[in-house]
Parts: sequence; C-alpha cells; structure tokens
Amino acid sequence: MTEKDYLKDISDIKDIMNKSTRFLSLSGMSGILAGVYALIGVYIGYKLLSGYGTGYGGGTNVMPLVILEIVVLTVALVVALLSIITAFILTKKRAKKNNEKIWTPVSKQLLLHFIIPILTGGAFVLLLIYRGYYGLIAPTTLIFYGVALVSASKFTLSWVKYLGIMEIILGLLSFIFFGNGLLFWALGFGVLHIVYGTVMHFKEGN
Amino acid sequence: MKNIIQNINKIFDHRVRLGIMSALMVNDHVDFNTLKELLGVTDGNLASHLKSLEKEEYIDINKEFIGKKPNTKYSSTQLGTLEFKKHINALERIIKSQS
Repeated sequence: MTEKDYLKDISDIKDIMNKSTRFLSLSGMSGILAGVYALIGVYIGYKLLSGYGTGYGGGTNVMPLVILEIVVLTVALVVALLSIITAFILTKKRAKKNNEKIWTPVSKQLLLHFIIPILTGGAFVLLLIYRGYYGLIAPTTLIFYGVALVSASKFTLSWVKYLGIMEIILGLLSFIFFGNGLLFWALGFGVLHIVYGTVMHFKEGN
Repeated sequence: MKNIIQNINKIFDHRVRLGIMSALMVNDHVDFNTLKELLGVTDGNLASHLKSLEKEEYIDINKEFIGKKPNTKYSSTQLGTLEFKKHINALERIIKSQS
C-alpha cells in the first residue's frame, strides 16, 4: 500500500462517519425561497396593519383589530407552510442527486429534534394569542425557531447551528425593541434565510 | 518503518470493513440496510464482511423483529473500538512519517 492509499482510507473514514451521522442534502435554495416568502408575507402584514392605523373610521381598512391580527397570523402560517413544502421538495431532489435516501435513521432524528421545539413554540404562541399577548408572538417564534435549528443542527450541516443562534439573538432583541415584530420577522425569517441560503447555495456549487 | 506497519490491522485493510467500523464508531448501532446504503455494497458482500468482523469479536449482532420483518443491528464491541482506534493512529503515523 502506498501513502496515497492510507490518505484515502482516512478520508473514507471521515466521509462515512459524517454521512452516517448527518443528513447532508439540505438545499440552500430552499433557504433563499423561504426568505423570499417571508419578506412577501411581512410586506402583506405591514400593508394590512398600516392600513388599519390610518384607515380607522372610513379609511381603507375597517376590520376589527382582533380579526386583523388573525389575518396577519394566517399569512404567517401560509408562509411557514410554503417554506416547509419547498424545503421538502428541494431536499428530496437534492438527496436523489446525492444518492442519499431522504428517509434514514439520521433524517428521522433530524426531524424529531427540529419538531419538538417547534411544536412547543407553536403551542406557546397559541396560548399567547388566546391570552391576547400579541406583542410576544414575534420574539417567541424567533426564539423557538432558533432553538429548533440548534437542536437539529447536530444531525445536519453545522452552519444550521449558527443560523439558529442568530435567530435566538434576533428573538431576544425583538423583545428589547418591543413593538417591531414585523421588522424582526423580516430580518429573522427573511434576510437571515436569504443570506445563509445564498452562502450555502454557492458552497454547494449548484 | 517496519515497526509502524505492524500496527496496521489487516482486518481493517479493506474498504468495506473499514466503512462498517467507521459507521459503528459514531453510532450506538446501525442496521443492515442502512450500512448497505451507506457503503453501496450488495447484501452478500456486506454479510460476508460483517461475518469476518464478528469472528474477530470486533462487532456485536442484535437481531430484532419490527412486526414480522427481521431487523439486524450491529454495534462495535470494546475490543473493536480499541483496535480501530489503534488502526487509525497507525494510519496517521504512517502518513506523518512519509510527508
């Protein structure tokens, strides 16, 4: 055996250790698209809410505030669903290209570790709405989303952890700068996704 | 040089067995089908390499049933882990000594 063979052995070992513990077929493009959906969603939400502020009493928007909040939250939910569907389709495509199965013990762990914080956060947000704490929704969603990313990151590409940490920081900041929920949603779900998605997209080289 | 080569474990000097041990180092256990996909080998090929690792007592085999389907899980024994670490150290020393 030559030196080159031993070097290849070492790189094979690393490769298999990586592949058997991390699901690597996440697509950067799905991050970019999720960011775009989020920005569109925030724009719609902003238009609805600002219409409310100026339109009260014969203006453009006479919906009661509670209904309006629910409409805005529905937009947020649609954005989230679209992002999940996009991520699923693009990940499936990428996995096929990489010859990686989408449903593996590792991807199941990835999903489980993502879903637990997300469902906890989702339930918590529903309770916030029920109690009327609308102002806390933006910080809560950002923080729980960030925690979900950090928790899932050990089963996928390591940059997911840094995205998660950034989301947590933004969530806390949005609590400090209270009342700017839409702005922080645009930063957290829009800008951050687009930035990380673009970096990933070019790293992947496709 | 001869001294260093001595630490190379002949059992691990094969792509498939090296791959099996690498996967078992970083997972508590891995099932047959996952190993097969990970390494891109046939059933028969994988089974024979697993058997040779089992014979050396480097891996443990645990047969379970999921419904009616048999599901065989493999894990590294203490001996297997120790020997594999020695093997990696030997590989690294050889590469260092030659560069």
